[in-house]
Amino acid sequence: MSDVIETAATGEAGETVRMNMIQAINSAMAVMMERDPNVIVMGEDVGYFGGVFRATAGLQEKFGKTRVFDTPITECGIIGVAIGMGAYGLRPVPEIQFADYIYPALDQLVSEAARLRYRSAGQFTAPLTVRSPFGGGIFGGQTHSQSPEGIFTHVSGVKTVIPSTPYDAKGLLIASIEDNDPVIFFEPKRIYNGPFNGHWDRPAENWSKHPGGAVPEGYYRIELGKAAIVRPGNALTILAYGTMVHVAKATVEEMGIDAEIIDLRTLVPLDIETIEESVKKTGRCMVVHEATRTGGFGAELSALVQERCFYHLEAPVERVTGFDTPYPHSLEWAYFPGPVRIGQALKKLLKD
Amino acid sequence: MADVPRNLPPLSLHVPEPKFRPGDAVDFAAVEVPPAGAQPRPDTAADPASFHDLSYTLVRVLDDEGNAVGPWNPRLDPDTLRTMLRDMALVRAFDERMFRAQRQGKTSFYMKCTGEEAVAIAATHALSRDDMCFPSYRQQGILIARNYSLVQMMNQIYSNSGDVLQGKQLPIMYSSRDDGFFSISGNLTTQYPQAVGWAMASAAKGDTRIAATWCGEGSTAEGDFHSAMTFATVYKAPVIFNVVNNQWAISSFSGFAGAEATTFSARAIGYGMAGLRIDGNDALAVYAATQWAAERARTNQGPTLIEHFTYRAEGHSTSDDPTQYRSAGEPSAWPLGDPVARLKAHLIAIGEWDEERHAAQDREVAELVKASQKEAEKNGILGHGLHQPLDSLFDGVFEEMPWHLREQRQQMLDEEEASGRPWARKA
Repeated sequence: MSDVIETAATGEAGETVRMNMIQAINSAMAVMMERDPNVIVMGEDVGYFGGVFRATAGLQEKFGKTRVFDTPITECGIIGVAIGMGAYGLRPVPEIQFADYIYPALDQLVSEAARLRYRSAGQFTAPLTVRSPFGGGIFGGQTHSQSPEGIFTHVSGVKTVIPSTPYDAKGLLIASIEDNDPVIFFEPKRIYNGPFNGHWDRPAENWSKHPGGAVPEGYYRIELGKAAIVRPGNALTILAYGTMVHVAKATVEEMGIDAEIIDLRTLVPLDIETIEESVKKTGRCMVVHEATRTGGFGAELSALVQERCFYHLEAPVERVTGFDTPYPHSLEWAYFPGPVRIGQALKKLLKD
Repeated sequence: MADVPRNLPPLSLHVPEPKFRPGDAVDFAAVEVPPAGAQPRPDTAADPASFHDLSYTLVRVLDDEGNAVGPWNPRLDPDTLRTMLRDMALVRAFDERMFRAQRQGKTSFYMKCTGEEAVAIAATHALSRDDMCFPSYRQQGILIARNYSLVQMMNQIYSNSGDVLQGKQLPIMYSSRDDGFFSISGNLTTQYPQAVGWAMASAAKGDTRIAATWCGEGSTAEGDFHSAMTFATVYKAPVIFNVVNNQWAISSFSGFAGAEATTFSARAIGYGMAGLRIDGNDALAVYAATQWAAERARTNQGPTLIEHFTYRAEGHSTSDDPTQYRSAGEPSAWPLGDPVARLKAHLIAIGEWDEERHAAQDREVAELVKASQKEAEKNGILGHGLHQPLDSLFDGVFEEMPWHLREQRQQMLDEEEASGRPWARKA
C-alpha cells in the first residue's frame, strides 16, 4: 500500500486505523464536509437514520440538517436538485439508495449533469458525486443487485468510479467530491464488510486482515484515472473492478496461476497506459465484470486491448461476465461470475 | 369472491380532441374570462388552503378599457410600465427578425414567443436582478428584460464566432450566468428540480435570492415536474413555478396534459402549495402575481405555482406548421387579446402614452434589431465558414481532457487534413 505512505507524508492523512468500506466512505464524507462548507449530503434515509447501509451514520448529527438530509423518494428529483445546488455553488453528494433505482434519474444525469459544462461553455458545471451501492452477491434479487456501470461509461461528460477496498473507497471518494465534473461512484455492496473470494458457501471475511482495510483517518486522495496493480504476474493480465478484483485474485491464487491483476478503480477516464503495459508484457488478457455481457464495459475493454495490443496477444481476449438475464434471486450463484466461470476462462486463455 | 358479472357494457377509451381543427370556425365562448379586479389578493403569509379558489379562476388586473383595477393592481409607476411595454415590443421585433433569418437560411432553428411576451417580461421585472431564472425555451423575454445584448443573442442563434456558447448549443438555448439565466436544456422540465435545488441551496446558505422557473403546460406531465413540486413543498423552497399554459404543445392541445379535467394551477393544491391562475396576457397580473409569489418565497412561506393562461399565437418553432392541426382563426379569436396591445392601451388610458409614441417606438426597436443583426452577422452565420476552432469540439466535455478525447480530437484533425480541409477553405 505505497499510496498510504505517500499521502501520509503530507501530514493530512493522520493516524491509520482499521475500517470497513462503509466506515471509509463515511470518513471520506466527514473529512470533506469538514474541509469544504459547500459539501452537502442527501438522499433517501441518509439523514437522521444514517442510510440503509449506514454510510452516512452520524453525519447529520455532526454537520446539521441543512447539510445532511433525507429526501423524497424521487431519484429524478434528487439528481435534478443536486444539479441546481451545484449551479448555486454547492458540491452535493447525493446517494441513490441502490444502483437499481438510478434509472428515474437517467435524464437528469445523462442529459443535464453530464452535458451542463459543455452546453453552457463552462458557465455552469455539475460537480456532483452520485454515490450508489451496486452489484450482487447478497441475495438482493433483480432490484438490489444490478451493475449498471456500462450505461454511464457510454455517456460523455460523466466519470465512473468503482473502489475495491476501504482504503481506495475513501481516497477515490475524496477525489470524486473534489472533482468539478459529475462522478458516478458505485460502491460494491458485497464487499462493504469484507473482501469476497467468490465462494458464497464459505464463511464471510472481514476487512480486519486485508491491507486495504488500513485507512488513514484524515484527508488523502487517490487520483481518478489511475489503476492499481493489485497482483503482479506474468502469465496473463486480468482487468477487473469492485468485487470481481477479489474474486479473480482468490481464483488465480487457488489455481496457482501467475496472473497480473489490474484493479481499474476508474472506468472513465480509464488508465489505458497501465493496461497496455501489462498486456504487452503478458500477451494474454481476461476482462471480468459482474454486469450483463452484451454491450457491457468488458466489450469496450476487450476492444481497446485488441486495438492497442493485437500484435502482443497470444490468445483472444476472454470476457467473464454475468449473463444477459435479469439478476435472479434464488439462482444468484449460477448467475454470478465466480471461481468456476473464471477458472474455465483462465484454462481456455492459457491452453496454448 | 363474487362471480364475474356478465352483461357489462363495453369499456371505452377517452382520447381528448381539441374543439377546433383546420377549417373550423372558432368560438372561444366556453373559455371563462372573469372580470378584471374581481379576485381577492390573499396576504402573502396566508395558508394556501385558504385560497384554493384562485386556482380555478383568472387573476386579472387590466380590464377591457385598459384600466388597472382591483386588489392585484401592482400600481406601477409609468416609467416601469413604459419599460415593460418597450421590452415586449422589442422581443416581438426580435422574434420577427430572427424567424425571418431562419427562413433566409442563416440559421437552423428559431422559436418565437409571440402572444406570450408578458409571461417572461413582466415576471422578470417583478423579480430582483440577482434572482435566478431557470427558463424553458420560450422565455427570451427574461434576457431582454435584463438588458442582455441583442447582438450576443443573435451570435448564439447563428452559432458564429461571437457566440459565447461557442456554437455548442441549438439556437435560442441561451445561457448567461452573469444575468441569472440558467443554461436552457431543450429536454422538458428538467429545469424544474434544478430550480428547486438552487433555491434550497440559497435557503441553506441564508442567502436572500430566490429562484424562478418556467415550463409549458404540456410538459407538466413530465415526472420532473412532480419531483420538483414535492421537493419544493417538503423543504419550503424559495422558488416560483411558472406554468405557461399557451394551449398547445407542438400539435397536442392542453387536454393531453390534463386540462379537460382541471386547471394546471390546481396541481398546487394536491401538494399543499400556493397556486394562482392568472391572465397571462395581462402584464400587470403577471407582475403582481410574481411580486406576490416572490414575497412569499423571500419570507420563507415557500413555493408558489402560477399558471399563466395565454395563447401560443404562432407555431411551436420554425420546424412547425400549426395550420396542419389547429384552426387558423384561433390566434385572433383568443379572448384574452394581445399582451402588447393591452399594456399599450393601459398606458394610453392613464395618459402616459399615445399612438404616435408607440409607432415611433416600434420603428426604434425594429431599427435596433436590424442594426444588431448587421453587427452579429459580422461574426458569421451558421453554415458559412468555420466559426469555432475545429478542435474546440472537444472542449468542455470535462474540465480536463482525458486521453480518449485527446485521441479522438487528433483523429478529427487528421480527417480534416486528409480531406483537404474543406471547412477551413470555406472560412
